[in-house]
Amino acid sequence: MHALALLAACVTVVGAIMVITRRVAVHAVLYLVVTLLALATVLVMLGASFAAMLEIIIYAGAIMVLFVFVIMMLNLGQPDSAREKEWLRPRAWLGPGVLATIVCAELLYCTSPLSGAAPVPAAITVHDVGADLFGRYVLVVELVSYLLLAGLVSAFYIGRNRAGGR
Amino acid sequence: MTYPALSAIILTPLVILGLATVLTWVERRLLGVWQDRYGPNRVGPGGMFQAVADGTKILFKQDWIPPFADRGIFVAAPAIGMMTVLLAFAAIPLTMGTGIAGDMNVGLLFILGMMGLGVYAVVLAGWSSNSKYALLGGMRAAAQMISYEVFMGLSVLGVVMMAGSFNLRAIVAAQAGVWFIIPQCLGFGVFMLAGIAQTHRLPFDLPEGENELGAGFHTEYSGMKFGMFFIAEYAGIILVSSLVTTLYLGGWRGPFLPPAVWSALKTGGVVVFFILLRAGLPRPRYDQLMALGWKILLPLSLFNVMATGTILMLRAS
Repeated sequence: MHALALLAACVTVVGAIMVITRRVAVHAVLYLVVTLLALATVLVMLGASFAAMLEIIIYAGAIMVLFVFVIMMLNLGQPDSAREKEWLRPRAWLGPGVLATIVCAELLYCTSPLSGAAPVPAAITVHDVGADLFGRYVLVVELVSYLLLAGLVSAFYIGRNRAGGR
Repeated sequence: MTYPALSAIILTPLVILGLATVLTWVERRLLGVWQDRYGPNRVGPGGMFQAVADGTKILFKQDWIPPFADRGIFVAAPAIGMMTVLLAFAAIPLTMGTGIAGDMNVGLLFILGMMGLGVYAVVLAGWSSNSKYALLGGMRAAAQMISYEVFMGLSVLGVVMMAGSFNLRAIVAAQAGVWFIIPQCLGFGVFMLAGIAQTHRLPFDLPEGENELGAGFHTEYSGMKFGMFFIAEYAGIILVSSLVTTLYLGGWRGPFLPPAVWSALKTGGVVVFFILLRAGLPRPRYDQLMALGWKILLPLSLFNVMATGTILMLRAS
C-alpha cells in the first residue's frame, strides 16, 4: 500500500511539472488529467474514495474536457507554441521556484516527525460526507448554491438571443 | 491477491472483447432481419465467422498515421477509449459472488467516472487528426457527451436514493420486491436516452454523422486503430446494457434459471433493444439533440429526483 501511494504521488508531481513545461496547450491539459487521476488514487488510499470518484467525474471527466473543447475552438498553432516557449525563459522560473522551495521545505518539516508510524486512515463513507454537508456545513453549502445560481443567471443573460431587440 | 480474483481480472476483458466482436455480427444480422434483407450470411454457419474475417482483414491493413496529425495523441486516443470501457466493467457485478470489484462502495460513481473519461477518446481523436471533419465531430462529441453525462448522473440518483447506496450489489439487493424500472420509470427513460447519447450510437451518433461529416471523429483512422474505436463502441453498448440491467431490471434476480444466466439474458435483451432503436429511428439534427437534453431531459430528471426524495421522506415519517 505504501509503495503504491508513493508511486501515485510521484506520478502526481511529475504530471504537474509536465503541465507547466508543455508548449502545446492540449498536451498540458492531458498531463493535468493524469495529475488529477493520480491524485484520485492517492485519495482512495487515504480512505476518501467518494472524494476520489467526484474528482474523476467532475475535474478529470467534465471540467478538463471543457478545457480541451475551448482549446479546440481557439485553433492554436505554431506561433502560439513559439510564444509559449518565449514565456518559459529561465528567468521566469525564479519567483515560482523560490516559493515552491519554501512550501516544499515546510512540507518536509511537517511530515518528518510523523515518519515513524504512519496512521492507518479510516474509510470515509458517502453517508459521512452527506451528513457533514447537510449538518455541520449546511450554511456553506447554501452560500455556494447561491453563487452557482448567480453564475447560471449571468450565463443565461450573456447567452440569450438578442435578435428580437432588448 | 487470490487466484479467482486474478483469473477474473484476466478473463473479463477477454470475454468482453470477444462478446463485442460477436456483437458486430449479431447487429448486422438483426438489422438484416428488421430491414427485410439477409445481412452477412456467407462466412461460416449463418455468417457467424464474418466478425473473424473482418478482424483478420483489419489487422493486416496498413496502419497509417497522417503526417499532419499529432502523433502521440493520435495513437493514444483509441487506447483511452478501449481502456475506460474495459475498466468500467470491473465494478459491474454479474452475480452476488462474481465480478471483480462488485462490492466497491462507490461502484456506480466509478462507472460514471470511467464513462466521463471515455469522452477523451473521441475528443482527442478529433483534435489530433488535424482535419476539419474530425475536429467538428470531436467538438460535437464533447458537447453531447458532457451534457448527457449530467442527465445520466441525475437519473441514476433516484435509484441511489431508493437503494441508499452507490454499491451496485446493494442496489440489486434492494430490488428484492419490485424492480426499480417500475417506481423509477421516469429515471429509466432518461437513463436509456443518456446511455445512447453517451455511447454515441444511432440515432444519437451525430459525432460521426456520415451524411455531413464523412465519418466524424475517426475520419483519419484506419486499420486496427479504427477497429479499436469500433470494438470500444460495442463494448460500450454492453456496458450500458449491463448497467441498465443492474440498476433497473433487478440484476441477476429471476426464477428457475441460475443468476448468471438471468444477468446475461437481461443484458442481451437490452442490447437487442439498442440495435432495434438503430434499425427503427432516424437521426435528429444536432441542435434538436441538445435541445432535447437541456429542455426536456434535465427538468424531467430533476423532477424525478425531487419526487423520489419527497416520497421517500413521507414514507419514512
